[in-house]
Amino acid sequence: MLVLKENKRRRARAPSLRFIKAAVLTLGSVAVTMLGLLFVTFIIGRVMPIDPVLAIVGERASQSTYDAIYEQLGLDKPIIVQFFYYLFDIIRGDFGVSLLNARPVSEDIARVFPATMELATLGVFIGIILGVPLGVIAAVNRGSWIDQVVRVIALVGYSMPIFWLGLIGLLIFYGILGWVSGPGRLGIFYQDIVPLRTGMILIDSLIAGNFSVFKNAFSHIVLPASLLGYYSLAYISRMTRSFMLEQLSAEYVTTARVKGLSERAVIWRHAFKNIRVQLITVIALSYANLLEGSVLTEIIFSWPGIGSYITTALLSADMNAVLGGTVVVGLIFICLNILSDLLYRVFDPRSK
Amino acid sequence: MSELDVNQVTWREWLLTDEPTSRRHARLANFYQGWLSLRGNSMAMFGLGILILLLLVAIFAPILSPHDPFEQSLGNRLQPIGSENHILGTDSLGRDILSRLIYGSRITLYIVALVALIAPVAGLLVGTVAGYIGGWADAVLMRITDIFLAFPRLVLALAFVAALGAGIENAVLAISLTAWPPYARIARAETLTIRSADYISAIRLQGAKPLRIITKHIWPLCISSLIVRVTLDMAGIILAAAGLGFLGLGAQPPSPEWGAMISEGRRFILDYWWVATMPGLAIFTVSLAFNLLGDGLRDVLDPKDGG
Repeated sequence: MLVLKENKRRRARAPSLRFIKAAVLTLGSVAVTMLGLLFVTFIIGRVMPIDPVLAIVGERASQSTYDAIYEQLGLDKPIIVQFFYYLFDIIRGDFGVSLLNARPVSEDIARVFPATMELATLGVFIGIILGVPLGVIAAVNRGSWIDQVVRVIALVGYSMPIFWLGLIGLLIFYGILGWVSGPGRLGIFYQDIVPLRTGMILIDSLIAGNFSVFKNAFSHIVLPASLLGYYSLAYISRMTRSFMLEQLSAEYVTTARVKGLSERAVIWRHAFKNIRVQLITVIALSYANLLEGSVLTEIIFSWPGIGSYITTALLSADMNAVLGGTVVVGLIFICLNILSDLLYRVFDPRSK
Repeated sequence: MSELDVNQVTWREWLLTDEPTSRRHARLANFYQGWLSLRGNSMAMFGLGILILLLLVAIFAPILSPHDPFEQSLGNRLQPIGSENHILGTDSLGRDILSRLIYGSRITLYIVALVALIAPVAGLLVGTVAGYIGGWADAVLMRITDIFLAFPRLVLALAFVAALGAGIENAVLAISLTAWPPYARIARAETLTIRSADYISAIRLQGAKPLRIITKHIWPLCISSLIVRVTLDMAGIILAAAGLGFLGLGAQPPSPEWGAMISEGRRFILDYWWVATMPGLAIFTVSLAFNLLGDGLRDVLDPKDGG
């Protein structure tokens, strides 16, 4: 009896210990990955062919001014010390000053980021709504013409250059049909009407109760968001299909069928229920990919998000802005990856 | 096997035999059976066909193209599709779009070939060394791999090109730098399963050094899964290269790179749609071909993932 009790207690304690250990390990590896990311961007900034001092003082500065700035930037210190300076700046949220508009890069990024988030969120939403059912249907009708159609839809999505599809979309839906608005986030008459709270115009206009702004913003976002949605659809539908196939071939599905459950109950209440956890991680990953994939889309649609910001900065050799943008996108990317990993651990009963 | 027997069996029977007589025989038979099952996949064969066509077009570009791809003729600018002498029209400088597409295939193949050489080899090196040596070398190498894997690829490539300067070679380098980590992971996973195999122990007892074991006995077994992954990645590489070209960070004008051509045509998209549309179709066709072939190859070489 005593032994049994002892056993029980040990069993109860072991998982929590293991969980803490796993959490510490995850945090450690995340910290190392983030450090590595910062180190890589730091090195990129150092091997740039652009002289950071000249960029500030201009070409006609005297040697003494040059030296003063050189010292002020810490460039006379060993490279590893410079890296720590950089690190502390980033931790304080200081990405330096943009050379183009002399404003702090962090302010700029805070201003442009909501636009990207709005676009990517709507995109991934479209991808889920269409991609998950398509994947399930394809898996259920494996090998049929529906399966082939879904496969082709996904393959075409994987193979299409997004910036080209964006151009064609603009040509057809804006240029020829006139169904949607052109590039940009808002029409010129709708600018600055709604006070910005979240920075996401669709939400801000709803908060302000201004439906004409909402309508205009929607007609601008619907095309780029659908494009991004198509890309996440390609990925989500393929993954859903393979997860579902795995479940449908399991024995409990056969049991459910033998029990006489309707096909719909078998698919949605048994098989689909078991792939939800895997789907969450896939969705988190495709959201991360969309944040990145929006770079080219933003340029086509003149969308004032972080992708356009980085690219414009790149073309005008504004290095602080480029590196700041890269770091922010990279950090979000890592965070989403961790999030998907954590969600998997929390929701999957088997991993407990 | 005597001389007479060889003459009596046909090539096909020789290749399909269950009892290979030599190592080369076994290898050829294996290859032939893979080919037969790939041949049954019509989509994959379609992709392969397109790629062979692309290769031929690139080789015979000077013969096939009706005009000089660089020759400008301002009197002839923005001719529509199907006009005389210019089947696919002309661009804003009066250059023949078809000829530029044909020459552009060389650039695409060049980029693909370079990345396909650099990235998997780098990944193979890192992955097998990490997997075979293990311990702290494994931990360090895999952490570096994770760091590069954690980067958003296009953004990293953008930052690299910004640091290195625009141009095809730098674009290739940037894409390779972002493409190698998955190969390292695959190679490491394969190495871990191979490392503890009996035949590796046998070779080690015979006195083989780690370098020999890795290059002669582990690499050959990693190749097939890497090939599948490379083929599937090719489409992404083409799209990334085109994206860099589109942003003006890849091939520089007047080079007929397809992405750069779309960027040139973008300004006239509403009035002269074909200028940007044609190169986009070319990119789409080639990357679709790689995807189709990659799918088929995966089914042949790696049946457990198919389905």
